[in-house]
Amino acid sequence: MSEAGGSVEIVFLGPLAELAGTQRRIVPAPLDWSGLLCALEPDVAQQVAGARVHVACAGKVLSDKTLLAARAGEEVALLPPVSGG
Amino acid sequence: MRDIRLLPEPFVPEMLVGPFIEANPGLGGVCTFLGQVRAEDRVEALELTHYEPLTRPGMDELADRAFDRFDLLGLLMVHRIGLMRPGEPIVCVSAAACHRRDAIEAVDFCMDHLKSAAWFWKRERRGGEWRWIDPREEDHADLARWQDTTEVAQKNSPV
Repeated sequence: MSEAGGSVEIVFLGPLAELAGTQRRIVPAPLDWSGLLCALEPDVAQQVAGARVHVACAGKVLSDKTLLAARAGEEVALLPPVSGG
Repeated sequence: MRDIRLLPEPFVPEMLVGPFIEANPGLGGVCTFLGQVRAEDRVEALELTHYEPLTRPGMDELADRAFDRFDLLGLLMVHRIGLMRPGEPIVCVSAAACHRRDAIEAVDFCMDHLKSAAWFWKRERRGGEWRWIDPREEDHADLARWQDTTEVAQKNSPV
């Protein structure tokens, strides 16, 4: 087995899960910003590209989501605007 | 004394607040806020989603900031996740301090951040239909009251 390969898991939170029709999706690693947008339905990609959606990789929220660089085994979370309490 | 919890099942606030008060001997005052699912306008259920790697660490960070900012003896912060019915508690924040102002303001601070700057997503069901709840303008304005230049930006928080 080659070291290359492996996968990244995309996690859809809140309304994005509804829009994507799933809570999780496994895609080949590595995953960068353009790869992420390509892995999403056009309407989901449009939302994710917008200013209101944050992206986390391996449990850390990215200050610039376009610099996403997820490696094999890492989880990428798509975080729409929050509402708690 | 610090007690931070994410609860997937209904809770009885008194069962948490009573022991919390007892665990903070010497306090001068306790302030407690309890939030419940409003029974209004055909709301049948409320569901709160969270993201494990961020939500709980975010609550711990929020508690750190409350302890830095206010003179506290103890802080209890409990938030429900999952499905809730009208009348059920969603959130409970209780602060113990030597003086009332620290206790009251710490609870206010934590609640404003839990409402619109913590990793939760809320939707409600009316007439059989689910609808996601966006934070209100007032929630953002409430949050802005606490922002000042001395506060270090929190990279892992939503705002």
